[in-house]
Amino acid sequence: MTTPLLKATGLNLRFGAIPALVDVAIDVAAGEVVAIVGESGSGKTTLLRVLSGMMAPDAGDVLWLGQDVLAMGEAARRRLMRTEWGYVHQNPRDGLRLGVSAGGNVGERLMAVGARHYGNIRAEALSWLAKVEIDASRIDDLPRTFSGGMQQRLQIARTLVTHPKLVFMDEPTGGLDVSVQARLLDLIRSLSRELGLSVLIVTHDIAAARLLADRILVMRRGQVVEQGLTDRVLDDPQHPYTQLLVSSVLAA
Amino acid sequence: MTITVVPPAPSTLEGYNFAYLDEATKRMIRRALLKAVAIPGHQIPFGAREMPLPYGWGTGGIQVTASILGPTDTLKVIDQGADDTTNAISIRRFFTRVAGVATTEHTAEATVVQTRHRIPERTLREDQIIVYQVPQPEPLFRLEPRRMETKRLHALADYGLMHVRLYEDIARLGHIAKAYDYPVMVNRRYLMSPSPIPAFDNPKMHRMPALQLFGAGREKRIYAIPPYTEVRSLDFEDHPFRPIRAPHACALCGSRDTYLDEVITDDAGGRLFVCSDTDFCAERQADSAKEAAE
Amino acid sequence: MSAALRTEGLGKAFTLHLQGGTHIPVLGGVDLAVHAGECVALWGPSGAGKSTLMRCLYGNYGAGAGRIMLRHRGADLDLATADPRQVIEVRRETLGYVSQFLRVIPRVATRDIVAEPLMARGMARDEALDRANALLRRLNLPERLHGLPPATFSGGEQQRVNLARGFAPFYPVLLLDEPTASLDAANRAVVLDLIREAKAAGAAIIGIFHDAEVREAVADRLFDVLPQQDAA
Repeated sequence: MTTPLLKATGLNLRFGAIPALVDVAIDVAAGEVVAIVGESGSGKTTLLRVLSGMMAPDAGDVLWLGQDVLAMGEAARRRLMRTEWGYVHQNPRDGLRLGVSAGGNVGERLMAVGARHYGNIRAEALSWLAKVEIDASRIDDLPRTFSGGMQQRLQIARTLVTHPKLVFMDEPTGGLDVSVQARLLDLIRSLSRELGLSVLIVTHDIAAARLLADRILVMRRGQVVEQGLTDRVLDDPQHPYTQLLVSSVLAA
Repeated sequence: MTITVVPPAPSTLEGYNFAYLDEATKRMIRRALLKAVAIPGHQIPFGAREMPLPYGWGTGGIQVTASILGPTDTLKVIDQGADDTTNAISIRRFFTRVAGVATTEHTAEATVVQTRHRIPERTLREDQIIVYQVPQPEPLFRLEPRRMETKRLHALADYGLMHVRLYEDIARLGHIAKAYDYPVMVNRRYLMSPSPIPAFDNPKMHRMPALQLFGAGREKRIYAIPPYTEVRSLDFEDHPFRPIRAPHACALCGSRDTYLDEVITDDAGGRLFVCSDTDFCAERQADSAKEAAE
Repeated sequence: MSAALRTEGLGKAFTLHLQGGTHIPVLGGVDLAVHAGECVALWGPSGAGKSTLMRCLYGNYGAGAGRIMLRHRGADLDLATADPRQVIEVRRETLGYVSQFLRVIPRVATRDIVAEPLMARGMARDEALDRANALLRRLNLPERLHGLPPATFSGGEQQRVNLARGFAPFYPVLLLDEPTASLDAANRAVVLDLIREAKAAGAAIIGIFHDAEVREAVADRLFDVLPQQDAA
């Protein structure tokens, strides 16, 4: 068994009287898609923020390839965030520069890591727009003229252009039409397969988690109440809360 | 730069300390300057004082000049390359009255040159100091409005954003459109605004023998480039930085390698191009007149 | 030689927390062994737990008791206690499952669905797609459908997509849950051939076949699955 890329243990965090994380442990291996599901306020997004070093827990460790993420300086963490990691925000407006063209958005990470050849940056941007199914003719348009689904695909292109090893995704299909969601799910899955990418995805969409994730963690009130193989957790749920969650999903 | 309190010369105003600022303030500014020289291109905050002229008229540059001026210095002040504009004359007179220093319009004679929007055409020497007036010291100002975030970006040398701006220019216009205040990397570490000088002047900053000091009064920042420091204009490998000037010869001195101002001469579209550096242009005209006479 | 798949005292019960903790035992003391090249048909009345047993064998349901020993990478692995990553690896290399239902991401083309497990094993995309197309053709799925997502296909067509996906890679252990339920005679014959070929290649097959004709054609023996007494 290979050592996990990301490994967190004993994570605890309270917001005043509210427990946001209670003894959470999680690890993500190379090429693995892991989903964190649970209702709003269950601590999913908080966990994602702690794991990505954006928020410090009260206790616990987060290790990236054996390195202590929480002890890392900001410079090292930012470097990680624009090289080996990526973060896809629920609202693409949080992850994009709306006043910068689509090509500039995709190219920014390349330039941040030292790309200085305009032609190459543009070629790379075009190839990524094609991968996320955005027409090449839109490369110089501002993202604010894009639909929500296109903005989200652009955010994914912008995140993946530097070939990160692990991408954190916070409700990437939230707020999108169902038809657009399917297209995005397909895209995330095929890209993660193609690139051997690890994905840690937070979602309250059980159906999306089933289609995307190898493993799943069910969170409730800051605790991981159940975890395991995705189809087993969803088809043979053990914890009462998971049973409730699964039985509440509308079958299509 | 070693100066002590000197009694004002007879022609100067009574009741003011030498060069207007009190010695404690000068010391504070000199400390900021030393720090700025030690970290080339890095913006140092300083306690800018109220000056007897409005912000935007060069209060930052004046305070820097006041702090480094000694009684034996010779001061030249230019605005847009010219010694005879209102602002340049006002500042020169200000220092004549509060410091009693000699002033000049000749670049070669000056020990301190305070400037707005230009670097003199004549190459500056090791025994000269150039002081730039800076309206906005933050090169990332228009790209990232949060001051805390720009400080962080500088600390981490995270300058992808600036390149995005240049990328956008090329994507939209086919070339980098920034014609003045063109961002530079100082000593391969800090991204720096050269103040609103034309991009044409950027190469003059590179390995300049003179000390370059920058003062922003309203923004309360000082920064510096020590002599012979590497200063590179940002660009792309396939879109290299190109200093641009109007493709004409100076109508007065005939120069083809200096920065030109466009002057409208009548209401019928008549115009001519003349050197923006008035001292340099006058020298060339005098030289050619001499040659013609001989 | 040890069995390709062997269960020892396998048991499974469900606790329905939403129904006041109702406890439903479904399987108990199941001892099943299947060898390479052998096809075993699960046999028993409806509701006896045949599908539950299949799902336990695939790891889709967690085993409540006992062991599920599987030959994987030349050694015996207990699926009942394997961690999720091992189960995923087993499913990629050793254990195939053709269920009655097709569950896929919308919008993905049929041939990609079939080629996916091949590519997961490292086969080049072109080769995997060729193999997928060939198998779909063999199952009489018209070429014009290969590029379409199967969401709008008929039940029989979807089942053939499922079969193609299950038979495209060679799995040493293959689980078939009603593989011919919605197929016509011609396609049933194709499936029978596929099963025979897999057996000949050394696959151990466990199936649920309601169709007596199919069962008799491919099953070497029956394995009785008996209903558990309600113990709640």
